[in-house]
Amino acid sequence: MAGQGTSLRVYLITRIALVLPMVFILLTFVFLLMRVAPGDPISASLGGHVPQPVINQIKHQLGFDKPLYVQYGNYLWDILRGNFGSTITDRRPVSDIILTNGAATLELTFFAMIVAVVVGVLVGLVAGRYRDTPLDVGGRLFGIVVYATPVFFLGLMAQLLFGSTLGWLPTSDRASPITQATLQTHTNIFTLDAIIDGNWGDLGDVVLHLILPATTLGLVTAGVFIRLIRVNVIRTLRDDYIEAARARGIGERAVVYRHAFKNALVPVITVVGLTTAGLLGGAVLTETTFNWPGIGHELVLYLENRDYTAVQGIIVVFGLVVVAVSVIIDFVNAFIDPRIRY
Amino acid sequence: MAAPAELRTPLPVSRVLWRGTRRMLAPVAGAGGFAKVMLLVGAGITAFFVLVALLAPVISPYAFDQYSSGGHRFAQLAAPSSGHPMGTTVQSTDVLARVIWGTQTELKVVVVSLAFALAVGVPLGLVSGYFSGPLDRALVLLMDALYAFPYLLLAIVIAFLLSNSIGKGVLTAAIAISGAYIPLYFRVVRNHVISLREEPYVEAARALGARPFTVIRRYVFYNVVQNVPPIATLNAADAILTLAALGFLGYGIQPTEAAEWGYDIQRAVSDAASGIWWTGLFPGLAIVLLVTGLTLLGEGLNETINPVLRRRAVAKFELPAVPPSADIVEP
Amino acid sequence: MPVLSLRNLRVYYGTGGAPVRAVDGVDLDIEAGQVVGLVGESGCGKSTLGRGILGLLPEGARADGQVLYGGRNLVELPARELRALRGPELGLIFQEPMTRLNPLLRIEQHFAETLRQHEPKLDERDIRRRSLETLGRMGIPPTRFRQYPHEFSGGMRQRIMIALALVLRPKLLVADEPTTALDVIVEAQILRILADLKENFGTALLLITHNLGIVAESCDRVAVMYAGRIVEEGRARDVFAEPAHPYTRELLRSTISLDTTELHSIPGAPPNLIDPPRGCRFHPRCPDAMRVCAAQQPLQLQPAPDRRVECWLHGPVPEAFEGAREPLARGPIAVAEEA
Repeated sequence: MAGQGTSLRVYLITRIALVLPMVFILLTFVFLLMRVAPGDPISASLGGHVPQPVINQIKHQLGFDKPLYVQYGNYLWDILRGNFGSTITDRRPVSDIILTNGAATLELTFFAMIVAVVVGVLVGLVAGRYRDTPLDVGGRLFGIVVYATPVFFLGLMAQLLFGSTLGWLPTSDRASPITQATLQTHTNIFTLDAIIDGNWGDLGDVVLHLILPATTLGLVTAGVFIRLIRVNVIRTLRDDYIEAARARGIGERAVVYRHAFKNALVPVITVVGLTTAGLLGGAVLTETTFNWPGIGHELVLYLENRDYTAVQGIIVVFGLVVVAVSVIIDFVNAFIDPRIRY
Repeated sequence: MAAPAELRTPLPVSRVLWRGTRRMLAPVAGAGGFAKVMLLVGAGITAFFVLVALLAPVISPYAFDQYSSGGHRFAQLAAPSSGHPMGTTVQSTDVLARVIWGTQTELKVVVVSLAFALAVGVPLGLVSGYFSGPLDRALVLLMDALYAFPYLLLAIVIAFLLSNSIGKGVLTAAIAISGAYIPLYFRVVRNHVISLREEPYVEAARALGARPFTVIRRYVFYNVVQNVPPIATLNAADAILTLAALGFLGYGIQPTEAAEWGYDIQRAVSDAASGIWWTGLFPGLAIVLLVTGLTLLGEGLNETINPVLRRRAVAKFELPAVPPSADIVEP
Repeated sequence: MPVLSLRNLRVYYGTGGAPVRAVDGVDLDIEAGQVVGLVGESGCGKSTLGRGILGLLPEGARADGQVLYGGRNLVELPARELRALRGPELGLIFQEPMTRLNPLLRIEQHFAETLRQHEPKLDERDIRRRSLETLGRMGIPPTRFRQYPHEFSGGMRQRIMIALALVLRPKLLVADEPTTALDVIVEAQILRILADLKENFGTALLLITHNLGIVAESCDRVAVMYAGRIVEEGRARDVFAEPAHPYTRELLRSTISLDTTELHSIPGAPPNLIDPPRGCRFHPRCPDAMRVCAAQQPLQLQPAPDRRVECWLHGPVPEAFEGAREPLARGPIAVAEEA
């Protein structure tokens, strides 16, 4: 039998190879969508007051006057080299946007995911274990209501309550102006930077600013986890090996924790991967609500300005991120569960 | 043995419908526990909102954009009072009226967009799943790629692109939302069709020479369609959230067209700084309540129809006393 | 002194309406080291009986009567004490070996968990030694001790299950259709292991199956079960040579062997256990049914030494009953309601 390392490696390579067509399709789809949509992108984004010769010049500069297939080829080639285009309105390379604002979005989504997983798993485990009891009913209702709450509504109410009324927590931005001045940015991920420098004062401020947005986004996402974990716990408790363990006199506690819960949590990683897409969507809304300077916030601004290339570039990046996360998730899964390897 | 004459006369349509519905709802009656409660509560809430939407012109105190009455302009940003139970906005419109009219808007757009998504996604899935081949493979790749993409972003992009041609509004929002859900219906229907295709009775039909469309229509379609209600209900819930999100970002319904909850919440953001809570709270609560109702309905349907999750109601019993039995008798 | 005694055991399952009377008054004795076969058609309640002995019944099931083990009635035992018996005193192996092991745990961990649960004082080396020894007797080499369940075939997994059940040296092992899911050659291996339990481990065995062949081969005694009751019980060789109950006789006639020239089956289908037939439960399908059979439950009789049977053919009929022994008049036997 092949060693563990080789089969894992084979799995990873196969997985990446399988995903390439999907990436290709996504890129093509975005390209076509942008080009085929009615309306002229350039004049739309520049507004109606720019004289025609200037428009033509910009078109030429951005390569919009070349034949479609040439544009397509350049588009793909650029992306391969990491060039996602530049915005029309302020001639900023999209990759620059990603690097500057990406860290903010990364920080937000990371902590939001942690909140979602912790809350979701805990409530889901309890609900599944104590099925049809008030604990279960309460847990499910919580999950449903929290999922039904739009993230911007929850954010708004949180701002009202904790910001305006109680004044406990800051309601916008990543850090107060003082902190932003004093914090040394290495990675642009403020929590990391503060820890690296041992700057506990700044760390506290950054964390305070993170609490509302991350918890809001995380709670809304937790609903998905609750539902899934609960169903999985119920299903696992019905599995044959659970009955066999009970037949050997294994205590109920061990049966539930060591066998049922552990097996029920296996898909959590997968679900994290699947919810990443939704999380990115929610991040756009959260960043708008809390004035969080991430990629989502930028996207909304460029949308308002009708900046086609900016929107195209950012959407492409989002798509690639989702695909990359799904590959990573599959790999982690193959690592944990010995049955999944080719 | 020939059937007695009474049984051979055709039954009235109403009887047939009644029986069919009874049979469909049978699992609901037999279900135990929370699933039934969820189903009923969810149905109740949804019905309530549907009623409000239908009766909006009758029960709403004012029009959605009405800012005065009888020559008097309403107060701006007035807190809830007897005249305006949910207060007024910065434009002096009545919040309660906007919430009621908003119900109509939400349900209208969601129903249209879901119907559209179903009309496109289900047939595509049926045909693609049944016939396979290169078209199927291409469609699957496309739909999978789109499916992995966040709903909201897809809807935003579609809305953004359409806004340049047909402008923002009801139609844009509806198309944007349906576009985002077509991959889902396609995928679900296609998977189901593929698993059904291998069923012995479908094979038998084909062996007997039935034409493909006959097979699809008679055997596959009804089976697949059964799966759609729980999914559609849960998606209606999702669609409302997406619509509200579009409204929040400014890509939904225009304020001149109709009232929309997401848009109202976006306007309420600036009110929050002054501690004004009623402009955002009521529309938001309406969203939470309606989506919760739909989700309860969808989950209740799922649990009662899906036999894996169904819990039969079990009657408690006592073992009867041992009857005076025969003991072992020696010969 | 029997290892296990069942006295008037009843196990009923709750449903939407009236309960299912899966086990409806069973008496049975199993001596130390004995191999007892429990045969019957699907749905006669034999699996329920096996699980009922260990108290592994699903929600909504109720049991009463006596399951006497070590001087105690297991039916009335609190859950914790019953759990302590499962493993070191009573064991159960199941029909479907493919799904009975936790896919995420190595075999080693399965054994460690079982041993530690019941003998917490054991150290690592002892656990390993005892596990490997038991596995070795089942033909599983030590090199495979750290592998995962999915790396084993069905037959090997069943052997691992048996080893897991035996590692604590229980006095009684209940085997619920242990070879039904396995092919014939593997079945023979498993049966040989089970037949040798007495010699190698001193364990008594209750072998539940619908396959008369393996009972004839491996069992000392056999009990025939129908519709929740035991209709005949005795030494395996004697019962098969001279069956006393018509059902046993018909079962034997239905068995296919190289001498079979014509297929024989018992008409009708096993009865509905929610509302079993009045009188003798087999009477609707019995070729020798008499009028008394449809009216009254037969007495337990001893037609021969060391044999028990519940049938009016073998004993005195109630005096007041007129024409008790006349053949029962009944319509054509209903076609099977359930496959």
